[in-house]
Amino acid sequence: MQHGKYRFIAGFLIVPLALYAVFVIWPFVQAIYYSFTDWTGLSPDFAMVGFANYSRMLGDDVFWKSLQHSVIFALLLPLVTLGLALFFAFMLNVGGRRRKGAAITGVRGSGFYKIAYFFPQVLSIAIVALLFQFAYNPNDGVINGTLESIGFGDVRPNWLGDPNLALWCVMAVLLWSTVGFFVVLFSAGMASIPKDFYEAALLDGANRFTTFFRITLPLLWDTVQSGWVYMGILALGAEAFAVVQIMTVGPGGPDYSTSVLPLYVYQSAFRDANAAYATTIGVALLIVTLLFAAVVMRLGRRERLEY
Amino acid sequence: MKTTDTPPPLEPLEARPQAATTDPAKEEAARGGEGGGVLNVFSHGILIIWAIMVVLPLVWAVITSFKDDSSIFSSPWSLPDRLHFENWSRAWSQAHMSDYFGNTLIVVSCSLVGTLVLGSMAAYVLARFEFPGNRLVYFLFVGGMSFPVMLALVPLFYVLSNMSLLNTLPGLILVYIAYSLPFTVFFLTSFFRTLPTSIAEAAFVDGASHTRTFFQIMLPMAKPGLISVGIFNFLGQWNQYMLPTVLNTDPDKKVLSQGLVELATSQGYKGDWSGLFAGLVMAMLPVLAAYILFQRQVVQGLTAGALK
Repeated sequence: MQHGKYRFIAGFLIVPLALYAVFVIWPFVQAIYYSFTDWTGLSPDFAMVGFANYSRMLGDDVFWKSLQHSVIFALLLPLVTLGLALFFAFMLNVGGRRRKGAAITGVRGSGFYKIAYFFPQVLSIAIVALLFQFAYNPNDGVINGTLESIGFGDVRPNWLGDPNLALWCVMAVLLWSTVGFFVVLFSAGMASIPKDFYEAALLDGANRFTTFFRITLPLLWDTVQSGWVYMGILALGAEAFAVVQIMTVGPGGPDYSTSVLPLYVYQSAFRDANAAYATTIGVALLIVTLLFAAVVMRLGRRERLEY
Repeated sequence: MKTTDTPPPLEPLEARPQAATTDPAKEEAARGGEGGGVLNVFSHGILIIWAIMVVLPLVWAVITSFKDDSSIFSSPWSLPDRLHFENWSRAWSQAHMSDYFGNTLIVVSCSLVGTLVLGSMAAYVLARFEFPGNRLVYFLFVGGMSFPVMLALVPLFYVLSNMSLLNTLPGLILVYIAYSLPFTVFFLTSFFRTLPTSIAEAAFVDGASHTRTFFQIMLPMAKPGLISVGIFNFLGQWNQYMLPTVLNTDPDKKVLSQGLVELATSQGYKGDWSGLFAGLVMAMLPVLAAYILFQRQVVQGLTAGALK
């Protein structure tokens, strides 16, 4: 297998690696470099300014608000999403009454639920965000319309227009669109847990809560953990950017109540023409993301750590 | 002595469903939970509520796309008085949905092929050959999965601008490929590792070159993995919003997700809400239909990576 091996390796790696280096690695390296300059993005001239951007960032209220929202997204959203998804997946796979031929089954119609819950996952986040933006509309939106029709006409929340509600509205949309993916993911994981374990537990008189916490969750832990990291990265990055940018007024409003780090990077670079400062916020986002992944991997460490 | 002998045959009777099917009370008892019925109703209720919450907005969007503008607001939940197909044709031609579809089709088909070809080439080499720097290259690719893309997009905007690739479809295609490589390489590397080595070695002994072995032996063997990662990338690229929003701002070159947002923004002035909903549903239905048809493969493709 030696003949011409290195020529072959080089030939196969050169194009993907070059593409990846130019469009992904190099911009990352540049971004960190630019965060120490005063580059506007408009003119090719810039000078090194040391940590000026960083000290400016530390005194920037919008940055702190965006950071706070991003951290809430990264902590709360995976918790709620994965918790809900675990509950659904357990019901769909283990929680059913016993029926003919199988000791451990899901509830009736679990096949349908799995298909339906997955719908939002195949849709573009842009479509989802637009649908809900319309639904949240305080005057014409379907949510307030429904509230009115069931007799809560006096409660007309301003939803996305209310600084206290807007962030939760946006989070609800992300929750809505991601739960189904994890239901299906956990279902696949649960299907690979041997049925004997459940049968043995049932024989010993375990109820469903015990079964879930003593058998399902420990055996599913690796999947839950990688799901946690995956969800956190989504909530810190592209998905959060998309929903906030599309749905909220401003975007990021009202009064910066929904601004998140990726959105603030985008606005600094392409609206305020301050590319260097944008990369500085981006570096903060990078640090938050890596910290998040490290903490989850560390906290979630069990006897086996496989990713 | 006799009494201790009798329970054992009873226990398997309860545990084994084929024996226990006739007596529902016994089944419930074997669950070990009193009040299991109440719990069942409660949790099944939540499952139904969530299903309604997922399906209802989509059904509502479809219904709304067939209504005229006035009845969208006056009675959001009623059925349309008749099917207003003109909403759809208006969205398709006047609102440029046809252009957006065309652009998306070009970009996604090119970048999907590119991603699969380049990704499988890199993954194959990384999975099957020992060479200095193998691990480094692998972690360089895989590390890209956890970095915030937004950070790189600021300099990338100017990199593309310098290469005159900004606001062009080829530029977007290259960027899509580059940002799809981390997951593709990660997934396919572990997939190539699971394939048997003997067949490739036999082909090599018979005089096939490395390149030929790859294209004629290994790629066909890797088909299930390629389908999974292909579906994953197809959906990711078809639904992509952030990359085109930053890097592709030319109105004529917009892709579907951008186009819809553009449409929604401009409806603020035009007030053509039914047209907007027709556009949304138009973009939604093909993907949903494809998902229902290829449900098993789609689910496998999207969940395979996290289960590895």
